Amino acid sequence: MTTAERVNPSSLPGFDDAIARFEPVMGMEVHVELGTATKMFCGCSTEFGGDPNSQVCPVCLGLPGSLPVVNGTAVESAICIGLALNCDIAEWCRFARKNYFYPDMPKNFQVSQYDEPIAFDGWLDVTVPGADATAEPDVYRIGIERAHMEEDTGKSLHVGGATGRIHGASHSLLDYNRSGIPLIEIVTKPIEVPPAVAPAVARAYVTELRELIKALAVSEARMELGQMRCDANVSLRPVGTTAFGTRTETKNVNSMRSVERAVTYEVRRQAAVLTEGGSIVQETRHWHEDTGETTAGRAKEEAEDYRYFPEPDLVPIAPSREWVEQLRTTLPEPPAARRARLQAEWGFTDLEMRDVVNAGAMPLIEATITAGADAAGAKKWWLGEISRTANERGTALEDAGITPADVARVEELVAAGSLNDKLARQVVEGVLAGEGAPDVVVEARGLAVVSDDSALGAAVDDAIAANPDVAEKIRGGNMGAVGAIIGSVMKATQGQADAKRARELIIERLGG
Amino acid sequence: MSGTEHGLVGRTAAELATSIASGEVSAVEVTQAHLDRVDAVDGPAESGVHAFLHVDADGALAAAADVDARRAAGERLGPLAGVPLALKDVITTSDMPTTAGSRILDGWRPPYDATIARRLREADVVVLGKTNMDEFAMGSSTENSAFGPTRNPWDMTRIPGGSGGGSAASLAAYEAPLAIGTDTGGSIRQPAALTGTVGVKPTYGGVSRYGLIACASSLDQAGPCARTVLDAALLHSVVAGHDALDATSIDQPVPDVVGAARRGAEGDLTGLRVGVVKEFGGEGYQAGVEARFNDAVAQLSKLGAEVVEVSCPNFVYALPAYYLILPSEVSSNLARFDAMRYGLRVGDDGTRSAEEVMNRTRGAGFGAEAKRRIMLGTYALSSGYYDAYYGQAQKVRTLVARDFEAAFGRVDVLVSPTTPTTAFPIGERVDDPLAMYRNDLCTIPSNLAGNASASFPCGLADEDGLPVGLHVMAPVLADDRLYRVGAALEQAYAGSWGGLLLNQAPELKESAS
Ligand SMILES: [Zn+2]
Repeated sequence: MTTAERVNPSSLPGFDDAIARFEPVMGMEVHVELGTATKMFCGCSTEFGGDPNSQVCPVCLGLPGSLPVVNGTAVESAICIGLALNCDIAEWCRFARKNYFYPDMPKNFQVSQYDEPIAFDGWLDVTVPGADATAEPDVYRIGIERAHMEEDTGKSLHVGGATGRIHGASHSLLDYNRSGIPLIEIVTKPIEVPPAVAPAVARAYVTELRELIKALAVSEARMELGQMRCDANVSLRPVGTTAFGTRTETKNVNSMRSVERAVTYEVRRQAAVLTEGGSIVQETRHWHEDTGETTAGRAKEEAEDYRYFPEPDLVPIAPSREWVEQLRTTLPEPPAARRARLQAEWGFTDLEMRDVVNAGAMPLIEATITAGADAAGAKKWWLGEISRTANERGTALEDAGITPADVARVEELVAAGSLNDKLARQVVEGVLAGEGAPDVVVEARGLAVVSDDSALGAAVDDAIAANPDVAEKIRGGNMGAVGAIIGSVMKATQGQADAKRARELIIERLGG
Repeated sequence: MSGTEHGLVGRTAAELATSIASGEVSAVEVTQAHLDRVDAVDGPAESGVHAFLHVDADGALAAAADVDARRAAGERLGPLAGVPLALKDVITTSDMPTTAGSRILDGWRPPYDATIARRLREADVVVLGKTNMDEFAMGSSTENSAFGPTRNPWDMTRIPGGSGGGSAASLAAYEAPLAIGTDTGGSIRQPAALTGTVGVKPTYGGVSRYGLIACASSLDQAGPCARTVLDAALLHSVVAGHDALDATSIDQPVPDVVGAARRGAEGDLTGLRVGVVKEFGGEGYQAGVEARFNDAVAQLSKLGAEVVEVSCPNFVYALPAYYLILPSEVSSNLARFDAMRYGLRVGDDGTRSAEEVMNRTRGAGFGAEAKRRIMLGTYALSSGYYDAYYGQAQKVRTLVARDFEAAFGRVDVLVSPTTPTTAFPIGERVDDPLAMYRNDLCTIPSNLAGNASASFPCGLADEDGLPVGLHVMAPVLADDRLYRVGAALEQAYAGSWGGLLLNQAPELKESAS
């Protein structure tokens, strides 16, 4: 980033000012790593986190003489994604070579699809909240241009430079474990929506696409692991005109929130340039999560000619119509329909459901309910204690260290009176800390509610004896004073007393 | 002189296999005899045949000893068990270097075996070493090898053809009874013609390409080279067949090529319809080549074949189309040689970027012909030119395939000379790429269409006394027809030649090594 490209964000027009003069047109390109057991063109494992270059073979290292063979499961996943996006599935298509030199690409060409994608011409409906809390949410239909298959590249690690970028680095390390992992690239048609909601629509599209991919179980689509990567194209045109302006492509915008922020920033930046009489350079831009800015990358006019041609080492793919239709029958309930159904079943408000979805808690809550908990209880834990811990640790909810079955068990113990709220929180805390399943934590920490009458009765007797004045008030009919004795009992039992039973015992002794 | 005068190295692969199987001779003796012959005639690189880039004497003798031990233990062995073979250096081998004739791969030892190499091992064939070739199989003379040319045993001042000149010369010099070649535009057939040996390009997809360092993926096909038709058939049946590691490999039974060779040797071609390709002959064809070709056609007729003339009008466009498709694929296939992971690395002194090191390495590592084709291909695939060049060439390819289809509706096989001329002197055409490219005029159509073709010896040209080849083309998956025709011709000529044509080759000087 040179200083000349630096823009002072505070000098940019506000978003509302920008869209008063310009309308954004967006295009989203999303790469999804498929969750197949093996790579796109060889038998190597796709497991994440192996030692560098431990999951490689002659094929994914592009050694001389090696040849690719298509992973059938990846083709199946691609077709399912295409169908779920309401696309046509090609009756015949080919892979193509995209030729360019880069050290993390072992063949110096990427096997991709060019003018013959496996899926094309579809759509996805996305929902954004209405103008105010009471308004109905708005639904926008996003056109899907194409979904195609390709192989991932390896990874470069530049050592010795200040920022991990190649500039200034003394040397680079290459890891080819990721080389050849199957990718699906999903490209939208131009997205033209009311300017005010454009950033929210971009975010909603990526969110909805991710839900869809997860529902199809073709990928975990975890953006923080790079399993789903988003490039956002943005151009502006003066309000009231129809021709598209020059676009920029902001690369690797890798969270839902960043998608919204990056689009907002580009709209403001481009509006500033255009307002000052400048013109937009067609280029790729880098997104900076920390500053919320984009900076210029490679200018497109110097972009390479990829010299695509059909990959001669592979035969065309011609999915039979019978196979496609058979796959269509295996598609899961669309995420939007599923959300609506679950919201109704659980009795959540729109706002509550939105929180659940945004937290990524829906499948966890569903599993918790299946395991026996009620909807409110399940929501309370996943959006409360567990969300907090996950946020603190920077992990996904499902990786926080507690299972839906654990949560259901805690709720079961509460319902049975074995735990009160305070103890239940301690149990969840223990499970999250890795101390074991709820019953193990209860046992180890000695957290069971004291409800057996002899132990609790003794504590009650002690409390009454220690507070004769209060006891007198209760005897005199002042039931409001019972709380003070309960408090004393709880203190003596370190909070483990069953408060309800303690009240009964106190009244038995003093009120009878 | 006749092959039998050479002792063990003069025997055919079929004879050797029988002798080894019966215990008359051991595989170790056979292997040692061939290694001795290599020692005697192959070096030095400046004046010997120079068919081999690498000889693995220890490995070959160990493999032979293993065959002998298992035979002694009563184990059942393959039909070519213990027979030595010369492997073109474009096929990866985990126990020997593999260079593809290029400086850029000098010293590279692949971590894996090509499917062909694996099948040869499984069949107990003894691999003697790796043979010389034009760099990345680009050339028709072996002069494009980074390691110096191979010489033609018929005349050591002449080229043996290419790119598989090393494999063909090793046969003609009795250094090996069998060899593997690869054929992208004629690299098996043209050297066979120029050395008086047999070379077969199987149907595309008939032999796995896994481990064959690609020249042009859609054209490359490995196949057998031998001194006799039966030997070629035996080798063909060992290496052919479906391979799950090659997506373009054909999942169908291998045609019965050995049976076809044996039936053909009975000398009866009654009922066979032979088409003479009208477009291949006349201007640019050496008189002696045309004379021997006409003799061969007459011979086929005498054997009972019905001969007609067939026009394949698009064959004349095959050469220019080939020189667009091939460089296009080459430009992409050779991109991986970038100094990052294996092979040559030039200029990496810690001061240069990866891109500079890559450029220097490619500049130093590739020869002139490789660079020429990389540039041609890069240009042909460039946006704005793709349709006019690559796209148009693919249309010609379809038209050539249609010519074949139409012709094979009328005849069973097509014939032409294999090459327009006999072997030319070393150095004569190195500065004239177009003259060099014309060598493959007759052989290229079969690479574009993917059908099976072969070259069989059909005599010596009167003007220079050098071998001429008969080119036989058969439909896709009808490889067996080639063997029937080749074996019939071989048997018919045996009387007048006193055995194989190769018996008329001059004796090579053995060095006193
Ligand atoms: Zn691999």
